[in-house]
Amino acid sequence: MTYATGHHTVSAGAAIAEFVNTSKRYGEVLAADRLNLRIEKGEFLSFLGPSGCGKTTALRMLAGFETPTEGTILIDGRELAAEPAYRRPVNMVFQHYALFPHMTVAENVAYGLRQRRPKMAKAEIATRVAKALDTVRLGEFGPRRIWQMSGGQQQRVALARAIVNEPKILLLDEPMAALDAKLRAEMQMELLSLQRSLGITFILVTHDQQEALSMSDRICIMGKGRIMQIGTPRELYDLPANRYVADFVGRANILPARVRTASEGRAQVELSGGLAVEVTAPFVPTPGAAVEVAVRPEALRLALAPEPGVPALAATVTHMTFFGEHIEYLLAHPVLGAVQVMLPRQAERALPGAGVGARLHILWDPGSGLVLGQD
Amino acid sequence: MRLYALAVYAFLYLPIGIIALFSFSAGRNASQMQGFSTQWYGRALSNPFVIDALKTSAGIALTSAVLASVFGTLAALALSGMKGRWRALFDALIYIAVMIPGIVIGIATLIALVTVFNALNPWLAAATGWQLSMGAGSLVAAHGLFTMSLVIILVRARIEGMDRALIEASSDLGAGPLATFRQVTLPLLAPAILAGFLLSFTFSFDDFIIAFFVAGSETTLPIYIFSSIRRGVTPEINAIGTMVMAASLLMLVIAQLTLRRGGTPKDQ
Ligand SMILES: Nc1ncnc2c1ncn2[C@@H]1O[C@H](COP(=O)(O)OP(=O)(O)OP(=O)(O)O)[C@@H](O)[C@H]1O
Ligand SMILES: [Mg+2]
Repeated sequence: MTYATGHHTVSAGAAIAEFVNTSKRYGEVLAADRLNLRIEKGEFLSFLGPSGCGKTTALRMLAGFETPTEGTILIDGRELAAEPAYRRPVNMVFQHYALFPHMTVAENVAYGLRQRRPKMAKAEIATRVAKALDTVRLGEFGPRRIWQMSGGQQQRVALARAIVNEPKILLLDEPMAALDAKLRAEMQMELLSLQRSLGITFILVTHDQQEALSMSDRICIMGKGRIMQIGTPRELYDLPANRYVADFVGRANILPARVRTASEGRAQVELSGGLAVEVTAPFVPTPGAAVEVAVRPEALRLALAPEPGVPALAATVTHMTFFGEHIEYLLAHPVLGAVQVMLPRQAERALPGAGVGARLHILWDPGSGLVLGQD
Repeated sequence: MRLYALAVYAFLYLPIGIIALFSFSAGRNASQMQGFSTQWYGRALSNPFVIDALKTSAGIALTSAVLASVFGTLAALALSGMKGRWRALFDALIYIAVMIPGIVIGIATLIALVTVFNALNPWLAAATGWQLSMGAGSLVAAHGLFTMSLVIILVRARIEGMDRALIEASSDLGAGPLATFRQVTLPLLAPAILAGFLLSFTFSFDDFIIAFFVAGSETTLPIYIFSSIRRGVTPEINAIGTMVMAASLLMLVIAQLTLRRGGTPKDQ
């Protein structure tokens, strides 16, 4: 089986690493709570979540710096939970790079190869180091000292130092966090093309959702030590499984509702306040049950008058923010409270004079929004 | 305020300056400047007693500094692996050890060694016909032990300033604990260890007080100077003092420089 990810296609079934009921406890804190995750060979997977949710902990257990308190970890089919870091076929790019200050750039990159037993020939090491430095476009910088390199260059050295070992998995713990916005965008592109050309499995830890959405084949959303949802960027955005994911990935209006009727894929729900709308249902909810419905701001429309056959909520504009290509509205509904709507610039032109204080109709096209499951 | 500061400096450094100056005197009087010559340096360096004492001092300083550097580094590494209250306790003890006056350490070491010797000697005498006594061994032990705390303080500071991720990076790249120690930890600690070694050497080389108590029949350079002063001061003493001082200062400057140079890459 294969699945298309929008970036490229990964063949499923070839797990390069696997968390099996893996937990990590630091005293009172449960940093990782029964993680179950298969990482496919060659994929670009991101761990995304707010600060303190256990992303680094998960990565460090893969690298071998932490031992799981419960459960285990498989790498390439072998159980490795108790294997020390220096015997694992994975390499890490550290957040602050952790380059050796007493070595030159080339010596840093050669470090992993020099540890190989049986020893690798000097000439062979030199060749591979030169190739790795070329790959990260630092061909000329081998003899330099680490502290003579800029932040972006240091990051590339760290990358070269890891990939020169041809690891089965490359782990990256917020590698772009210390770079400025422009450099970060550049590095993201480079990282992505590097991953595609090397074919190495990349696991990236980040709390930047744009970064995760734009780079990953799959994203693993984490919260409070748990995996909240795993999926392709589109799946997570279009079909968030629960409130946590809907809230964390992109923006969403989350509204209380009651199920009227439900079938495979669709549900009729009644929003608080009485409006009946048709929403997507990733699972079949029980009729009569109280649920939460999430709808993206860009999935709603605004109009001066209701359209026949389209459910509408009458609300008052309280804020309006101009972003150039799109406009964000915040509207107040007497029962549902604040509702966000995002319109493309083009659509705004159809609403002459609809500024703050105007009374507008929020149009809910059938199928917009979806029923959320429990966290 | 400035005048006061000036007076303090003058009080501190004038006698030292005068000794250095008088060491170049041509006359026989150690407290007068009569002409200029380097004859007293020649005299000092051809005096077999001075050379003997110098050799003894250098040997003891070298041995105790090596021991202090090795064991001080090991202790510092062990300490940084400890946590919580025990670590705080040992840290405090080490700082106290540095601040205790030399005379107290001298007496305490003397009493401790005499007690141990008295307990062991009857035994050793019966078994081997050989006995423990004060001498080079007790000097090395006392100096090594005291200067070890200097090394511990310097190396500890360096360890604290080191990025733990470097150790992890080394491990991640396939180096076992021993290989990591050899290729990452040790090179990064080297400036602190070297500085500790130089300070230890200087301390032991210059020390009179502790040596006075535990030297037994050994004559170190400071002890030689002290005893020859009792026989009458000649400019030769000034010359020896000036040479010892110059050597010590040189060591201290080198120690400072290594500590600072070792710090540069991280400060950037
Ligand atoms: N060595 C440790 N000792 C005790 N608690 C720890 C340790 N490491 C992590 N924790 C705790 O485990 C939880 C998860 O930490 P982790 O570093 O994995 O978070 P994170 O998702 O990487 O966050 P961030 O985005 O801030 O880096 C946190 O509550 C943290 O305080
Ligand atoms: Mg983290």
